[in-house]
Amino acid sequence: MNAEVSEHDSKSATNSEADKSNSATAGTAAKQTPLFKEHQRLGARFTEFSGWTMPISYSGIVDEHKSVRSLAGLFDVSHMGEIRVTGKNALPYLQYVTTNDVSKLKIGEAQYSLLLNPKGGVVDDIIVYRMAEQDYLLCVNAGNTSKDWDWLQSQNSIGAALENQSAAFGQLALQGPHSRQILSQYLDQHPGEYSVDNFRPFTFRTVRHKVDGIGIAELIIACTGYTGEDGFEIFCPTEATAEIWRGLLDVGAPLGLKAIGLGARDTLRLEVCYPLHGHELRDDVSALSSGVGWVIKFDKGEFIGREALLNEKTSNTGSKLVGIEVIDRGIVRDGAKLFTPEKKEIGWVTSGTKTPTVDKAIGLAFVQPGQAALGTQLFADVRGKLLNVQVIRKPFYKRL
Amino acid sequence: MSLPSGYRFTKEHEWVKLEGNKARVGITDYAQTELGDVVFVELPETGKSVKQGTPFSSVESVKAVSDVYSPIDGSVTEVNSALSDSPQLINQEPYTTGWMAIIDVADPAQLEKLMTGEQYQSYLSEIAK
Repeated sequence: MNAEVSEHDSKSATNSEADKSNSATAGTAAKQTPLFKEHQRLGARFTEFSGWTMPISYSGIVDEHKSVRSLAGLFDVSHMGEIRVTGKNALPYLQYVTTNDVSKLKIGEAQYSLLLNPKGGVVDDIIVYRMAEQDYLLCVNAGNTSKDWDWLQSQNSIGAALENQSAAFGQLALQGPHSRQILSQYLDQHPGEYSVDNFRPFTFRTVRHKVDGIGIAELIIACTGYTGEDGFEIFCPTEATAEIWRGLLDVGAPLGLKAIGLGARDTLRLEVCYPLHGHELRDDVSALSSGVGWVIKFDKGEFIGREALLNEKTSNTGSKLVGIEVIDRGIVRDGAKLFTPEKKEIGWVTSGTKTPTVDKAIGLAFVQPGQAALGTQLFADVRGKLLNVQVIRKPFYKRL
Repeated sequence: MSLPSGYRFTKEHEWVKLEGNKARVGITDYAQTELGDVVFVELPETGKSVKQGTPFSSVESVKAVSDVYSPIDGSVTEVNSALSDSPQLINQEPYTTGWMAIIDVADPAQLEKLMTGEQYQSYLSEIAK
């Protein structure tokens, strides 16, 4: 058999969560997170992702995915980028470059948001954290960190203070039904003046925690995640990452905590229909097509891309992102073209595979507006064969 | 997983086991490890004639599709329908319950030219370098 044949052609422009080498940095050695040796120690299989050498799996994608849904999983997301925005112009600047209403954030709150280009396409999807009065932290996608940094600087005529802090942070995601208990037990090892009680989604707490071999480390612990399960994302100083990773795995082992790679990260987010930049969110596709309208606050005032999106809203001709399931035997994957029964090409698949919890071949796809109704029968070209698919409700999975 | 005796192997990581004038085929433990969790198997129709070295089946993991090449010339007499509901058998028992197809052997001499277990083992050490 040919173990190299893949639908995910590394030469394609897509930015799959779990494979692809970064053509933008061809010739440069891939970067490693502070946890590289930990992953090796755990026997991880590696892949190149956006210029980083990352674990794709440890015990296997299916096992890891199921562990997160029923127990808990720990992800290395240190490759993500962090950009700090401070000063008296921080708020007006962020209101201008992002789509969500930053003025609604209190200190200790976070919001999902988008950076748009003037055409209304998506530069990146981000989370904005309000750290202090005039202090905001942006978490950006690993593959877009340089692009976002350049973009944010180029749009800063107002003169906000910007700093690329990506090198200073490591980041871990602790996700799953047992994540709250594991976090609590981990922090309790060195009790301090904080708790995880009443820790609600899209809020975060800054915790000063004693980390062996490091001393007191400042951790930003956010109740956020990319899996659809309860969970937390933990920002820490780079030098503390490995010790915190080991500490969490130790404390969490009796509760079923495992290390989870990028392979399962992708199947988990697909089941809950979270978009991935490069797939469902693209620089060359209007944000209104991607199902993220809920973070676009047209009434907050002027922002980059607002005018283009308003114009599009009135014409309503843009494609729509839909969920699909495969009816015939087979799996549809990213890039597969979609056709009506009359063989008219009307869209393409942005992400697709057979996922462990939903346990069927599913996908997300852009289709022309007339093809977006639930139950619409379409055909996907899978390596020359047409497979019957149909439009189904999103998300494909909801946690109990 | 140690290699079962009496099997022959190809460079594309398929195995063949002669059973009378028929050959049972599948993919090796090395192949299933490289693939990861198998979630879908596309098997040929019975009666289909196959040629050595050309794809006759495909195996899909979460991340990728892989073609499986027929190790010999012949025609398919039976396929492992258990793989429809349980594709993971290929991961769990690639040499036994994870078998893929049984082929009516056109030319038994073809089998003799395939690698023995020992030769395949050396081949695996070579490609690991």
